[in-house]
Amino acid sequence: MTARLETNLEATRRDYLEAEKRFARRVVICAGTGCMANGALKVFKALHEQARERGIRLEIELDYEDERDKAGLLTRSGCQGFCQMGPLLSIEPDGILYCGVKPGDVLEIIEGVESGRPVERLLYRVPATGQVCRGHGDIPFYAQQQRTVLKACGSLDPENLREYIARGGYFAARKALTEMTDEQVCQEILEAGLRGRGGGGFPTGRKWELTRVQPKGKKYVVCNGDEGDPGAFMDRSVMEGNPHAVLEGMMICARAIGADEGYVYVRAEYPLAVARVRKAVKDAEAAGLLGDDIFGSGQSFRVHVMEGAGAFVCGEETALLASIEGRRGMPMPKPPFPAQSGLNGKPTVINNVETLASVPLILANGAAWYRGIGTEKSPGTKTFALTGHVANTGLIEVPFGATLRKIVFDVGGGVTRKDGAIDETAFKAVQIGGPSGGCLTREHLDLPMDFDGLLAMGAMVGSGGLVVMNQETCMVQVAKFFMQFTQNESCGKCVPCREGTKQMLVLLDDITEGRATEATLPLLEQLARNVKIGSLCGLGKTAPNPVLSTLKHFRDEYEAHVRRKVCPSRACKSLRTPEIDPALCKGCTLCGRRCPVGAIHGERKAPHTIDAATCIRCGACVAACKFNAISGI
Amino acid sequence: MTREKSLTIDGFRVEIDGERNLLDVIRKAHIELPTFCYHSELSVYGACRLCMVEVEGRGLVTACTTAPEPGMTVKTQTATVRELRKTNIELLLASGNHDCPTCGKSGSCKLQSLAERLGVTEVRFKAPVEEKPLDLTSPGLVRDPNKCVLCGDCVRFCSEIQGIGVLDFTHRGSRSQVSPAFGKGLFDVDCVGCGQCAAVCPVGAILVKSEVERVYAALQDPAKTVVVQVAPAVRAAIGESFGAADDTFTMGRIVSALRRLGFDRVYDTSFTADLTIWEEATEFVTRKRNGGKLPLFTSCCPAWIKMAEHDFPEILGNISTCRSPQQMFGSLAKEILPGELGLRREDLVVVSVMPCTAKKFEAGRDEFAVDGNPDVDVVLTTQELARMIQDAGLQFPELPVDRLDQPFGTKTGAGVIFANSGGVTEAVIRYAAGDLGQDHPVIEEVRSEKNRRELTAATPSGEIKMAVVHGLARARELVREIEAGESSVEFVEVMACPGGCIGGAGQPVTHSSKVRQRRTRVIRDVDTTLDVHCSQQNHVVKELYQDRLGSPNGAEAHRLLHTHYHSRKRIAGDGITLSDVTGEPKIPVSVCIGTACHLRGAQDLLKDVLRHVEQQDLSDRFEIKATFCMESCDRGPTVRVNGHVLRKATFEMVRDTLASAVGGTLPVLEARDECVHA
Amino acid sequence: MLTVETEAPETARQFTSVLRILESFDHDRSKLVPILQAVQEEYRYLPEEVMTFVATALDIPPARVYGVATFYSHFALEPKGKYVVRICDGTACHVKGSQDIADALVESLKLPRGKRTTPDMLFTLETVSCLGACGLAPAVVVNDEVHGQMDPERTRALIDRIRAEEAQ
Repeated sequence: MTARLETNLEATRRDYLEAEKRFARRVVICAGTGCMANGALKVFKALHEQARERGIRLEIELDYEDERDKAGLLTRSGCQGFCQMGPLLSIEPDGILYCGVKPGDVLEIIEGVESGRPVERLLYRVPATGQVCRGHGDIPFYAQQQRTVLKACGSLDPENLREYIARGGYFAARKALTEMTDEQVCQEILEAGLRGRGGGGFPTGRKWELTRVQPKGKKYVVCNGDEGDPGAFMDRSVMEGNPHAVLEGMMICARAIGADEGYVYVRAEYPLAVARVRKAVKDAEAAGLLGDDIFGSGQSFRVHVMEGAGAFVCGEETALLASIEGRRGMPMPKPPFPAQSGLNGKPTVINNVETLASVPLILANGAAWYRGIGTEKSPGTKTFALTGHVANTGLIEVPFGATLRKIVFDVGGGVTRKDGAIDETAFKAVQIGGPSGGCLTREHLDLPMDFDGLLAMGAMVGSGGLVVMNQETCMVQVAKFFMQFTQNESCGKCVPCREGTKQMLVLLDDITEGRATEATLPLLEQLARNVKIGSLCGLGKTAPNPVLSTLKHFRDEYEAHVRRKVCPSRACKSLRTPEIDPALCKGCTLCGRRCPVGAIHGERKAPHTIDAATCIRCGACVAACKFNAISGI
Repeated sequence: MTREKSLTIDGFRVEIDGERNLLDVIRKAHIELPTFCYHSELSVYGACRLCMVEVEGRGLVTACTTAPEPGMTVKTQTATVRELRKTNIELLLASGNHDCPTCGKSGSCKLQSLAERLGVTEVRFKAPVEEKPLDLTSPGLVRDPNKCVLCGDCVRFCSEIQGIGVLDFTHRGSRSQVSPAFGKGLFDVDCVGCGQCAAVCPVGAILVKSEVERVYAALQDPAKTVVVQVAPAVRAAIGESFGAADDTFTMGRIVSALRRLGFDRVYDTSFTADLTIWEEATEFVTRKRNGGKLPLFTSCCPAWIKMAEHDFPEILGNISTCRSPQQMFGSLAKEILPGELGLRREDLVVVSVMPCTAKKFEAGRDEFAVDGNPDVDVVLTTQELARMIQDAGLQFPELPVDRLDQPFGTKTGAGVIFANSGGVTEAVIRYAAGDLGQDHPVIEEVRSEKNRRELTAATPSGEIKMAVVHGLARARELVREIEAGESSVEFVEVMACPGGCIGGAGQPVTHSSKVRQRRTRVIRDVDTTLDVHCSQQNHVVKELYQDRLGSPNGAEAHRLLHTHYHSRKRIAGDGITLSDVTGEPKIPVSVCIGTACHLRGAQDLLKDVLRHVEQQDLSDRFEIKATFCMESCDRGPTVRVNGHVLRKATFEMVRDTLASAVGGTLPVLEARDECVHA
Repeated sequence: MLTVETEAPETARQFTSVLRILESFDHDRSKLVPILQAVQEEYRYLPEEVMTFVATALDIPPARVYGVATFYSHFALEPKGKYVVRICDGTACHVKGSQDIADALVESLKLPRGKRTTPDMLFTLETVSCLGACGLAPAVVVNDEVHGQMDPERTRALIDRIRAEEAQ
C-alpha cells in the first residue's frame, strides 16, 4: 500500500475516506482485554474465514490501490465498555450491536447481513423490561452515557494511524505546533477548565502554565498510565483503544511547555496497552509525527514507553519520576513540585491518560464547547469503571454533574442481589475512588457528582472507580480490603503511612475477628486522623478515607462488630454463630461424627446442637449435612 | 528587623538570614524541633514526619523540607502537631524491639529521649513478634534490624559522604528493611568498617561492637600482663561521657582510670605517631628522589585501606607501607616489652583505646600477627572505655591526674595532632620544614574544615604538593582525578571520618558539629601546651633507632613497622555458571567479571572464549563460570583454568591454555588467591 | 556480537543476552528498571550473581540494585514455574470471590507452606491487585492469557488441562 507522508494530514484523511467509501459495510469487533479474554479473536478469525467461503469480500485491511467495491471492512476496536456483554460485534451503517458473540454465531450473522434481518437472539435485551435493542442508540447503557473521550474507543482501529488521522487526529496537534503560541495553548486549556483526571483534579492549564514559565531548557512530558486502583480500568481502555489520542495530547502539552522529550509510563499488568502504545509510537515516528521538525514547525518531540514494575505507589507523581530514574519508587516531599523540579531535576508535566486524551478534543472543538459540558467548576465528562453488584458492569462516560442515581440505575441498569436478580432496595453504598476514596449512600443518590461536590460529601472522584455494593456487603470488610491493599502498596518511607496503616489493619482485623474492645474504635479514628495529616504523599494521606468514610456512614455496623460481636451482613466468618436449624435437622448424627473437635452433640433422630465455643468453623459438618440444616459457618 | 525578611513563629518575629529550611529558622527562636531523619550534612529525606509545623494558609508541612518565606506564620505547638508527634513516636515504639534497659544505646538514643520529652507514656499498638537476626559479621559493628526506625541516615551517609553505598532500603512498606545487598552481612560485602553509620544512627540499630569482656578477662587473669595504648583523639572526647567536656586534664585522668581498672602499663599512641612520621616522611622523600610511585597516600586509616583494597587495587602500590601508629605500637610492644618485663610474648596482652571502629578490623588483619599471636590483642573504643569506667563506679572528673609510663609515653605535639584531619600532613610539614606557626597560610589551609584541601609546602629540600581529604567520597574523587592524570599532588592524607579521627564512630555519641569543632580545638590546645612540637624532637624515638631499628625504612624498620596490602573481593558469592553442569567432570574455567577486570575488557574476553569453545565443539569439555573477583584486580583480566591463574589475560593466552588442558598437558592446581606485593 | 547456536548451553546464551541488554541500554544506570525487566525476561527471575554483575556494569552499588529489585512486585528473586498463574484480587474480582479461587488453587496445587511454586517447577501462584479486566471478574491470568468469569471449578479444570498437556 503506497503511503503518503502522514504529516500531510489532509491527503492522508482524503485517501483513507475514499478507500473506506468503497466498503459497503464496516464490522467492528471489540478487542479490549475483556473481550479478548472471552474469545473475540476467535470470532474475528471465524468471521473472516466464513465470509471468504461464502464468496463475500470482507477485508481486514484498507488497500489504497484497489479501487474495486467490497462487501465490508472488518476491524478490531478498543474496549467498547459493555464488558459483561462481550464479545461485542457492531455493524455499520446498520447500527447493529451483537452481544456475547461466539464463533458458532458467525454464520447466522453473515446471513443476517445478507438478508437484512438482524439475529434477534444476539441483540441486547433489557433485563427489567425484556425490550430488545438493535444497537448503541437504544441500549440504555449506551444511550444514557455521553461518550466523548471514549467515543473513538470502540469504533476505530487502535493500531491504524491513518484511521485516526481520517477521524481528525493530529489536526489539533498541528494547530498547536504551527498556529498557536505556547502561551495560547496553555490559555485554551485553562479556559476550558480541564482538571486532572487522575484523582487530584488540579487545573491542567495551570499546571502547564506553571511549567511553561520555568526557565527554558530541558523539560519533559510524562503520561501517567500507572492506573493501579483495583477496580479501575479507564486508562487501560483509552491506551488500548485510542493510544494516538494520548500521544497527540502529549505532543500538544510538549508544545505548550517547551518540552522535547516525553515518557508514557504504563503498568506492566496491561500488556495489551503496552503493546498498543508502543506500536502507536513506532507508527507516529515512521510518519514523522514524532521526531524532529514536526509539521515543519522546527519543534522536536520524542516519546519513550516504560513499563511499570508492579508498585501502586508509582502512580504518585514523584514516585513515578523516581522509577523512571532507575530508583525505588519512593515519593519526595513537595515542594518542589515537578513543574519546577521533576524528572532528572527538570521542569516536568505529569498528566493522567484521560486528561491527555481530552486535550486534542478541546483544541479541536474549542474551550467553549468543553465548558458547555459538565458543571461550572468541573467541566467535561468523566469515565468511570462501574463494577460490583450492578447489572451492567463496564466502562462508562458521563458528564460531570450526573447523579449517582443516573449512573447506577439508568446506565448501570440497577443493583443486583447475590442471586443476580435486580432489586432497587438492594442498594447499600457505592465506593468511589478506590483505596483513596470514600463511600456514598442513599442520601447521596441525587446529588450532582463533580470534584468539589464529592469532596464536600467526604468522598472524591479519584481516578473513577465506582464499585456498587448491595445489602449483603459488610462495610467493615470493605474498609479492611482497601486497607490491606494500601498497606501492601505503601512504599515504607514515612512513619505515619508505613506504621500507621499497619496498625490500622491490625485494629480492623480485631474488629472483624471479634477481638475489638471499647478502646478500638476511638484508637482507629485517632490513627486514621494522624495518618491522613501526617503522611508524606497522596497514598498515605488518602489511605484512611475508606475507613473514615465507612465509619461516618455505617458506624452502627462497626459497633455491632465491636459490642455485640455480630456482623449484620453475615460476611465476617469469625463473627457468625454456628447453629443447626432444629426444623431441618433429622438427627442423622453424620455431622457429629465428622466434627474433629467434638463440638456437636445430640441424640440419634433428635435435633443436634453445636457448641459455638468449641467450634473451629472448619465446615466439615456443613459438607456432611444432606439437609442444609447448618448455618453460620 | 524588616518585615520583608522575617516570619513569625508562635507569634514571635524571627528574621530570615539565608537559612535553607524552617528548621534552622525555628532554631533561632530557641526552639529545637524533634527530628529523626534530618541530618544537616545529608540530603533531605522528609520521612519521619516529626518536625511538622503548621503554616497558615498551607497547613501542615515538614520544617526540614520547607524553605522559609517572608511573612509566613508558623505554629509549632498546636494540638494537632502535638498529637501527630506523639502518635509517630508511639508507632515507632511499636515497630520493633525497643526494650530500653537492655539496649546498648540507652542514654544516648533519640527515640528514647523523644518519647520522654513528648510525654509518651503508653504504647497502645502491637509490636511484631518475629525477631530478625542480628548482623555480627563486622569486627567493629553490630547491626540490629529490630531496632531500626528506617530513618535512612546510615544509607545516606554511606552513599553521600563515604561514596560507597553498602546499605540501602530493601523491600517495601512495613516489610522495608535497611540492609546490605542481598541481605548479606556488612563484612560479606564491601563495608570498610568506618562505623559512621553507627555514629549517625539515632537509635540502637547499629552499634559499636563491645569487647570489654575480653579486656576484663585479661585483666582478671593473673598470668597476663596487660598494657594499654591510648590514641590522641580519645582524650579530646571521653570527658563528654562524664559531663566534663572542657576539662583540661583529661589525659591525666584517663591514665589514672586505666591504672585503677588494673592495666599494668599505660602508654600513648602519640608516641608511635611520631615514629610514623619518621618512617613515612623518609619513605616519601626516597620516592620523590628516586622516581618512586607518587602520590604517596597515608596508611593510618584502616577504612581507607580497606576501601582501596576493594575498589582501587591499582593504587595499592602508592599507599605508604608504614603501619598505623596503633599497629606500630603493638608490633614494638610485643617485640620489646617481653624482654624488658621478663614475660613470654603470649602472656603480654596489648589493648588499644581508639576513637575508631575500623581499628578493630585492622588489629585482626593477618599481617599484624606473629605466629598467630596478634600485635594488638583487643581494641576498645572510647565508648567502651567510658563504659568500663562507669561500671567500676569511678568518678572520672574527680580522679587525680596521673602520668604515662615510659618509654612509650613520650610524644611531641606532632604526634597528638594525628587526631585531626590535616594533622598527619601538618606533622609531615613540621618534620620537613620545621614548625611554621599557626598563622602561616599553608598551616591555615591544612587546618581548614573543608573536606578537601590542597596546598603546597615549601621545605628545604623543595616544594611538596599536598592534599588532605576527609570522607571517603572525596577520597574516591581525588583518586579518580589522579588516575585520569588530572592532579599533580604528591602526598595525600585520607581520613574516612568527618574532621578526622576525632569524629570517629567509636567516640561518644554526638549529633552536633560543634562538638567535633571543640574536639579539634582541644587537640590543638594539647599540642600547644607540650614542650616539643616536631616528631624529630622525640628523643625516645631517636634512641629507638639508635638502639634497635637502625635507620628509618631500613631492614629492621621494615620488619617491624611496615606492611603490604592486597586486593579484596567486593561481595561474597558464587559465580555465574555458563555451562551445562551435568555429565562427565569437566575442566573448570573461571573468568573474572569483577569491577576491575570488567573495566579491562573481561566481558569481551568472555564472549570470545565462549564463542571459541562453541566453534571448536568443546562445550562439553569445559565448565565455564563467570566469577566475582579473584582478587588480582590490578592485573586483570584474570582467567583461571584448572587452577592456573592467567593474569593480564588475552584471548590467545586463554586459547592456548585451554588447548593444553584438553590435550592433558595442564595439571590441576588447587585454586589459591595470591597477594599483590606493594 | 556473539551469536550463539542453540546447542550452546542455555546459561551461556542467557549471560550473553545480559551483555546485549546492557549494551542496548547504553549502560545507563537510570534505566535500571527496564534493564532488570529485560534480564528477568531472560532468566524468568533475577539471580543474585546476575544482579551483582549488572551493578558492576552500571557502576552502582549492588545494594542499590537489590533495593530496586525488592521494591517492585514484578521482580522475582526466586525461580518461577513454567506457568505463572495470577489471580486478580482487585475490588471487583474480590467482591466476586477471587479469594475462593486462590484457596482452591493452593489446595489443588498442593503448594507447600509459604511457597508459591510447585516442587516440579510447573506452576507459580501469584495474587495481583487488579489486572483491569474488572468487567470479567473474577479474572485469572495464566502466563499472558486472560480467563474471565472464573470460579474454583473452572480454574481447577484449567490447571488439570495444562497438566495433561505437559505430561505428553
